[in-house]
Amino acid sequence: MSRIAPNQMTDDLLRPLLHTTWKFYAGVAVLGSIVLAGLGAWFYQVYMGLGITGDNWPVFWGFHETNFVFWIGISHAGTLISAILRMVDATWRRPVTRCAEAITAFALMIGALFPLIHLGRPWLAWWLIPYPSERMIWPNFRSPLAWDFFAINTYLTSSLLFLFLPMLPDLAVVRDKTTGLRSKIYGLLSLGWQGTPKQWHRLEMAMHIMAIAIIPIAVSVHTIVSFDFSMAVVPMWHSTIFGPYFVAGAIFSGIAALIIAMALLRKILHLEAYLEPIHFNNLGKLLFTMSLLWGYFVFNERLTTWYGNETHEMAAFWITQTGRYAPLFWTMVFCNFILPFPFLAIRKLRTITGCVIASCGVVVGMWLERFLIIVPSLSTKPITYSWGRYMPQWPEITIMIGSIAAMVLLYVLFSKFVPLISMWEMKVGEHPEVKEAASVAAAQEAGELL
Amino acid sequence: MQESSTATTTNGPAKWGMAVDLDRCTGCEACVTACHAENNIPTVGANQAAAGRAMHWIRIERYFEGEFPDVHVKFRPVLCQHCDNAPCEPVCPTYASSHTDEGLNAQVYNRCIGTRYCANACNYNVRFFNWFNPIWEKPLHLQLNPDVSLREVSVMEKCTFCVQRIKEAKIDAKRDARPLADGDVKPACVQSCTANALVFGDLNDPESAVSRLSRSPRGTKLLGDLGTQPKITYLQREG
Repeated sequence: MSRIAPNQMTDDLLRPLLHTTWKFYAGVAVLGSIVLAGLGAWFYQVYMGLGITGDNWPVFWGFHETNFVFWIGISHAGTLISAILRMVDATWRRPVTRCAEAITAFALMIGALFPLIHLGRPWLAWWLIPYPSERMIWPNFRSPLAWDFFAINTYLTSSLLFLFLPMLPDLAVVRDKTTGLRSKIYGLLSLGWQGTPKQWHRLEMAMHIMAIAIIPIAVSVHTIVSFDFSMAVVPMWHSTIFGPYFVAGAIFSGIAALIIAMALLRKILHLEAYLEPIHFNNLGKLLFTMSLLWGYFVFNERLTTWYGNETHEMAAFWITQTGRYAPLFWTMVFCNFILPFPFLAIRKLRTITGCVIASCGVVVGMWLERFLIIVPSLSTKPITYSWGRYMPQWPEITIMIGSIAAMVLLYVLFSKFVPLISMWEMKVGEHPEVKEAASVAAAQEAGELL
Repeated sequence: MQESSTATTTNGPAKWGMAVDLDRCTGCEACVTACHAENNIPTVGANQAAAGRAMHWIRIERYFEGEFPDVHVKFRPVLCQHCDNAPCEPVCPTYASSHTDEGLNAQVYNRCIGTRYCANACNYNVRFFNWFNPIWEKPLHLQLNPDVSLREVSVMEKCTFCVQRIKEAKIDAKRDARPLADGDVKPACVQSCTANALVFGDLNDPESAVSRLSRSPRGTKLLGDLGTQPKITYLQREG
């Protein structure tokens, strides 16, 4: 890692906050109108009824639920990169953590919207809150959807905290570098951060606790999302592998999303000196591990079903292997496994471009995976008379595009208000190396090293 | 099958069930029509029906056997199996889908928030969603059954075993100060079945017609291996 002077670093990383070009406004306008189109489609769906979507009997779930699982999956980026790498104290994580934590928070906000979007009567969603009503009617705690409600709310709260806590010192820097109203707002946000040793110590403690706490939360969240499917006696849903399979897939797609976001930030915000090829290389290795793990899970899932050879399961099995959904299935295998393999396995190809190509494949492939879990099973439930099919209509497609635009928009706005690379962690990161170099020099002098 | 036993259900709640004699079903679909009329089930038109939005609380499934010209058509009326261990019930986050003490799988329309999870969990695909607000073209709106509530957009609905008729029979019996007799309750599908393929009654009464038919060696449960414990027994074809 090339050394950057602390002042230079502060200037570089605060530049997007202090200088705004017309490109920013244009981007926000374009993204904002796509988000508005998505919101419009949702309101129209609420007004008309779910009949304007492609959902039908017997495929009662389609794109909305696919997007729900997909976005919750993307939100697992922050956990792995940030929490796990923080815990094992991997120093290369420093410029990457905040990008990852922000993906977690925003993807989760969007993902948590989809259960509302898919509801027939979203204005009654508050019935999932366990409040003591006068008739003593509680939510049904046996329902995986009720578990979802609690799991996602817990994860959203903790990941927002996890994003916000390490922002405090940087917000204080912005407070000191700005004047007027802006300085006041950042002053409020930085919660009186002065940088005293006591405050540093507490921040460090808090981050340790959060990093340890958020890992089981993240694992449980996507396990519970998988329970939405595996708790129902539906062919290919009722599977014991779904918990770990979904968690692995979530981290897989999360890393891919992070790589894409980092590559874009690097280009657009000119962070070449901070997000270096080494970071992409390391993330590429992680992505490769997850790709292999994903392939292992898919192989397991398919092989056990095939050997079990249970009539109802086989209908759902063959429709994805050779039937109507086979083109999507094999595209998924290509995107998640075959395409990333050379780019991530061969060191020469594991460049920034290579990692981005692999990541784009993975994001598409993981979206297809969620779709292929939900729709083919529902269209081939045990009674052959009631087999059906699903074709998405414009409302759910518009809402899906809107959700992607919302993700980018949130990220763009975030980059305008908060330095996307944790300045203090970068600066702290310099010190161990200095110390290490000094001790190596001392050891050399003492003749301990040959 | 017509013999009406005098045995009554004086002890505890009833357990409503049905027997379907597949040998008797002619596939006339009178039950489907009767069910629509009795339960205010909206029709959705040809286009929506083709898109998979048709609602039939009871349907006649047709299966073809053999090669032309030697083709046999087999019919199977499928309605909610009112499972004792119903997959639709635990998945509902708001208890809209719940079990009554008489063993019915009830759907509380006002409590339904439209997750459609119950319909996915049900392997019989006998739950139907109101994709749009139902409309009845004039003068059809005048023929609605006042005993059955209308369902609005985005709620799930399904066969109730004509719970309004069960209630009515109980009220009548109470008025006449007599116990409920076997055959007092006839859901619309049972009443309209000219071939007497459908028999309804109390499974807790061992002497009721439905109990006796359910014990038949021809009796099978639809997807019984799933462990849902359906309360409908299908008597398999002998012919």
